[in-house]
Amino acid sequence: MRISVEQIRRKYLRHDKKFPHVWCPGCGNGIVMGALLRAIDGLSLPKDEVVLASGIGCSGRMPTYLDFNTLHTTHGRALTFATGIKLAKPSLNVIAIMGDGDASAIGGNHFIHAARRNLNLTAIIINNSIYGMTGGQYSPTTPFGSKSTTSVHGHIEQAFSIAELAVTSGAGFVARSTVYHAELMAHLIEMAIEKVGFSVVEVISNCHVQYGRRNQLGGAVEMLQSYKDNAVTVKRATSLTEEELEGKITIGVLADREMPISTEEYEKVRQRAKERGGNVGC
Amino acid sequence: MFLDNMGRRLLQGNEAIVYGALAAGCRFFAGYPITPASEISELFSRLLPQTDGTFIQMEDEIASIGAVVGASLAGAKGMTATSGPGFSLMQENLGFACVAEVPCVIVNVMRGGPSTGLPTCPSQGDVQMARWGTHGDHPIVVLAVSSVRDCFSLIIKAFNISEKYRVPVIVLSDEIVAHTRECVVLPSKEEIYVVDRIKPSVPPEWYHPYEADRREVPPMVAFGEGYRHHVTGLIHDERGYPTQNSKEIEAFHRRLTRKITLGFQEIQMTSGYFLDDAEILVIAYGSVARSALSAVQSLRDRGFKIGLVQLITLFPFPRSVVSPLLEKCRAVLVPEMNMGQISREVQRVNRTDCRVVKYNRVDGRFITPKELIKSLLKI
Ligand SMILES: Cc1ncc(C[n+]2csc(CCOP(=O)(O)OP(=O)(O)O)c2C)c(N)n1
Ligand code: SF4
Repeated sequence: MRISVEQIRRKYLRHDKKFPHVWCPGCGNGIVMGALLRAIDGLSLPKDEVVLASGIGCSGRMPTYLDFNTLHTTHGRALTFATGIKLAKPSLNVIAIMGDGDASAIGGNHFIHAARRNLNLTAIIINNSIYGMTGGQYSPTTPFGSKSTTSVHGHIEQAFSIAELAVTSGAGFVARSTVYHAELMAHLIEMAIEKVGFSVVEVISNCHVQYGRRNQLGGAVEMLQSYKDNAVTVKRATSLTEEELEGKITIGVLADREMPISTEEYEKVRQRAKERGGNVGC
Repeated sequence: MFLDNMGRRLLQGNEAIVYGALAAGCRFFAGYPITPASEISELFSRLLPQTDGTFIQMEDEIASIGAVVGASLAGAKGMTATSGPGFSLMQENLGFACVAEVPCVIVNVMRGGPSTGLPTCPSQGDVQMARWGTHGDHPIVVLAVSSVRDCFSLIIKAFNISEKYRVPVIVLSDEIVAHTRECVVLPSKEEIYVVDRIKPSVPPEWYHPYEADRREVPPMVAFGEGYRHHVTGLIHDERGYPTQNSKEIEAFHRRLTRKITLGFQEIQMTSGYFLDDAEILVIAYGSVARSALSAVQSLRDRGFKIGLVQLITLFPFPRSVVSPLLEKCRAVLVPEMNMGQISREVQRVNRTDCRVVKYNRVDGRFITPKELIKSLLKI
């Protein structure tokens, strides 16, 4: 039996924190938070050994509410701080939480290099296709033709596929879910945390307030319904043509592979340096 | 290990910074290549693995300082080194370190700017930027090195101040100091005074991460030590949580400034030469201070009543040393390899009719003793 919502609240929320939270009613961020907590609980990770690091955005507020070692960094830079934490204390489970603008616009460079470097970190990207916190401007994942406060005449750029970007950048584990598929999401996050290497879970999430409303996608319920209707598993996707995949969301594990891990390789560097020994300077 | 007894060595300023940092307990370095700072990265990459420390070359300078702040939050003493263009990129995360009170050291080996500027000619053009580069009111400490020996001992002081006051410390070097090779005698391990951050004395349940002690500095615990807490770049209350309460915001800002003000005697460092009867003063820092000392010495030999104050700490500006000296002198010369970034500070603290004379070079060339003597004779 998985942990109940009530148990989650008692065990993982910060009770000395000034609630309520900043999120709009029905926002997908809460579902992601629930899935993350169920994953952490499923793995029985001690709270003292979990670090949550976020960037800036609605998604970035998540760690504030949770009773772990938590860090709310600067916009786009969560992975850089996470890298320092992990290298300084490799025993910690370091999880970065980012929005789509956070991870793929301002933090895009850090994202691809973190994937390439394959440090043992977990990155959860809440992709709501928009800049939520700043009031609905287009992001790198806003679909072509969509309306946003900075594309009132229709968006003219192509959207990034964040998970596919992570695959090509070299991440060890990459998966995608939607907030409708909450159980699957918890399972994928569990796999991602367990995986030794850089692991990415992209979660397609609803910002009905800033994105749905402007694009006639309805409220939270309608947006979740559309995720249900449009999701196809990775396996099924392989048998579909490109036209058939148009507008669909591929969910499941996109990549799971073994590659050298930065911290382990660095340990070898330390050994080699000590064997060479002496004062190698000047 | 090599750190136990370093003895007599022929070192470049950049190399001395690395040895000093390691002696101070620095075990994490993240950086991005840039001339004239790259030797610092290179030597760290060779030495850190031997000391069980970690070196990483990041994808840019924004990431470098981010990683250093992260490492510091996880308990490691960390630093980065760069030059003007990289220092510009670091400013936002530097502000994070100020507000979240994360100890870290940033070395800026100055070269001519702005922009790509003058690679790689000496300059002191980043002085005011070091003070005010990141947005918002913030505390910061800025030190300036003038010789290879300085590089070693000042970087240790930089770490000590940073750890003790939980404040980022900027060490300004310049292309001349960085690349000059000098023979130096380095102190043994026992002679080096190292300060570590103060840990909380209360159990986790009682710990408020931003509750300050008598010195206005909150004790600091690393992630993973059982004191789960929140760290944010938002203005926060004593528990580390974001606040919009005007009383809490005000208290937060005032404390940040006060903790540095309270430590001024230790933080504001200067060296004085021939000050007792000086009627004319030179105020200099960085490599220019060495030319200034040589100029002052030869004018003393010729009987002129002239003295030198070398600023080791540029910010907070050592007003308590400089102001009283200005009262006793008729004129002060402030030579700088910029348009006058410290002379404006001297003017600011000058309450008498002492004449503040600027001497500025912005042509990418070093200020020599000879030209200083010439301009001092005119005064
Ligand atoms: C350097 C910088 N630029 C801009 C901002 C303003 N800003 C705050 S949140 C945000 C975008 C957030 O969008 P996203 O990352 O998609 O997260 P969401 O709010 O949708 O969860 C921006 C641009 C900032 N805080 N810092
Ligand atoms: S603006 Fe959008 S992303 Fe932000 S809390 Fe509201 S619904 Fe969620």
